[in-house]
Amino acid sequence: MTHRLLGLAAALALALGVGPASAQQKLKVGFIYVGPVGDHGWSYQHDQGRKAIERELGARVETTFVESVPEADSERAIEGLARTGHGLIFTTSFGFMEPTLRVARRYPNVKFEHATGIKRAANVATYAAKFHEGRYIIGQIAGKMTKTGIIGYVGAFPIPEVVAGINSYFLGAQSVNPNVKIKVVWVNSWYDPAKEADAAKALLDQGVDVLAQHTDSPAPLQQAEARGKLGFGQASDMERFAPKAQLTAIVDDWSGYYVQRAKAVLDGTWKSEDTWGGLASGMVKMAPYKNMPDDVKKLAEETEAAIKAGRLNPFKCPVFKQDGSEVECKGNGALSDEQVLGMNFYVKGIDDRLPQ
Amino acid sequence: MTAFEAILLTIVTASTPLLIAAMGELVAERSGVLNLGVEGMMAMGAACGFAAAVTFDSTIIGIAVGVLAGTAMAGLFALAVLGLAANQVGSGLALTIFGLGLSGLIGAPFVGARRDPVSPLAIPGLTDLPGVGRLMFGQDAFVYFSLALTVAVALFLGRSRSGLTLRAIGENHASAHALGLPVLRTRLLALLFGGACAGLAGVYLSLIYTRFWSPGMTAGRGWIALALVVFAAWRPAYALIGAYLFGTATVLQLHAQAGQIGLPAQLLSAAPYVATILALVLLSLGRGRAIGAPGSLGQPFVPER
Repeated sequence: MTHRLLGLAAALALALGVGPASAQQKLKVGFIYVGPVGDHGWSYQHDQGRKAIERELGARVETTFVESVPEADSERAIEGLARTGHGLIFTTSFGFMEPTLRVARRYPNVKFEHATGIKRAANVATYAAKFHEGRYIIGQIAGKMTKTGIIGYVGAFPIPEVVAGINSYFLGAQSVNPNVKIKVVWVNSWYDPAKEADAAKALLDQGVDVLAQHTDSPAPLQQAEARGKLGFGQASDMERFAPKAQLTAIVDDWSGYYVQRAKAVLDGTWKSEDTWGGLASGMVKMAPYKNMPDDVKKLAEETEAAIKAGRLNPFKCPVFKQDGSEVECKGNGALSDEQVLGMNFYVKGIDDRLPQ
Repeated sequence: MTAFEAILLTIVTASTPLLIAAMGELVAERSGVLNLGVEGMMAMGAACGFAAAVTFDSTIIGIAVGVLAGTAMAGLFALAVLGLAANQVGSGLALTIFGLGLSGLIGAPFVGARRDPVSPLAIPGLTDLPGVGRLMFGQDAFVYFSLALTVAVALFLGRSRSGLTLRAIGENHASAHALGLPVLRTRLLALLFGGACAGLAGVYLSLIYTRFWSPGMTAGRGWIALALVVFAAWRPAYALIGAYLFGTATVLQLHAQAGQIGLPAQLLSAAPYVATILALVLLSLGRGRAIGAPGSLGQPFVPER
């Protein structure tokens, strides 16, 4: 909020014509975050990317961020950045999609980058990371580590990105433990630590002993730690919150991509395109494997290497839906990117109903 | 511990911060002041309390500082609405925005710090009783305090002379003033009490509930507490029912999801709000006569000289 106020003050100064004379040459890069930068997860990692831009490009850029922007009310914030001379704007949540596109139409000279989106325009690029690759690895670890045979998942919203993550996690677990069961709880929020903790408690109370999450705070992992159970960090290495419980974490690393895109704008080579990097590109990284026996660690490392080398795809065909029907294989030996990005079904073996 | 006991324990911890914050706001509103800044005061309590607990490595100091922070925020609000007779709705909204922002600033250096759990009450013999042992004798101190607080507020408002004075001021401040009752002083005290409660509720979130601090972690609980007061028709007992009903529905819907009962998750997420509103509306209807808001609620008072 403070930063937002500072940003507004800066914007006002510019509007009144008292901005720095060098504003013309400098590229102003703006960021819209869905949560607070201190969430230790999703928004925190995007902010690390913003800092990387400042570090690498120094005097050639200037960055601004607006944090905790509600998805339903994001258009004002995005337009605010566009209006105040930002040449490149990153909007970092799925729900910012339509507002970003609307603002982009009004500001054709501003470049937009929408994270995890599926719609592009001449000045709107999309980018995402193949988190589901990491989720396949943690699924295998969960499948090996569970004693009760029930693994849990705290989900934010039933959107394709999250659903694909659950499927990948489950397929990973199933690949090493055919009888494994999964329980999923939706909290309908990206960030509500207390509610995430309650969801984790509910899962643990129902026999789950390894917990994965697709919400942004360390609360679920911390509940696992408090109960002597296991879990995985989300988006960021959360080991300090759960030194005994965190098996590993799927870490998003946006730094390389953000620096590259800011450079492209400066050099005039920026194009609207879709980037979807995974473990191989370094956009997704795995935190150190801990709190597990050596054989499980070895398995995880081998899987990680295989995915990196392109030898293994979590959604290799055949993939079956819950009703047993086979999903048409539109990719090369696996589901196509579009199929994964638009995934709206659970795979066979998950005996829960996906909220539509 | 059986699954049933575990669920009950979770319900209690989910309901407690709502109950504490709602009690504070209830007293403030009964005195005739609408403070929409509960969320901001809670956020400040959570941030300052956590910062102090980490700095001094003491939960007690953390709680004290959290309560003080909430009280200080309420003091600021009182300065505006009592001292300067400013608009209460506007000032309250400003207090929330200010509190959320300032708490982010104060808490920033403590992002990532963590505290060890506070051990719950343990009475040898009683706590180990099967069934009810953990539930009745194994909670953290906040839980017992919140229940005692409810009883105390109910007795104060309903059975004490000062409580009657406070209610009279809330119903009609002009008449109360004409009778020589100290309108502004009573309202100041009521507001400070509300702030202390909100601060305490905030500390509960950061020190007991999640044991870490992060910006915006109150996630709208202050607003829920505010709504509870209205739907409880400004009655402590109903606020208690409302808070626990809300906590119960919140936790049960998560269990229902994990238990795979097949209802849409979005519907289940809405259940706590629907259930609480329905129940409290029905409760209020059942009394035969409608219980309205305190007569002077939200109106600025400027004593005539």
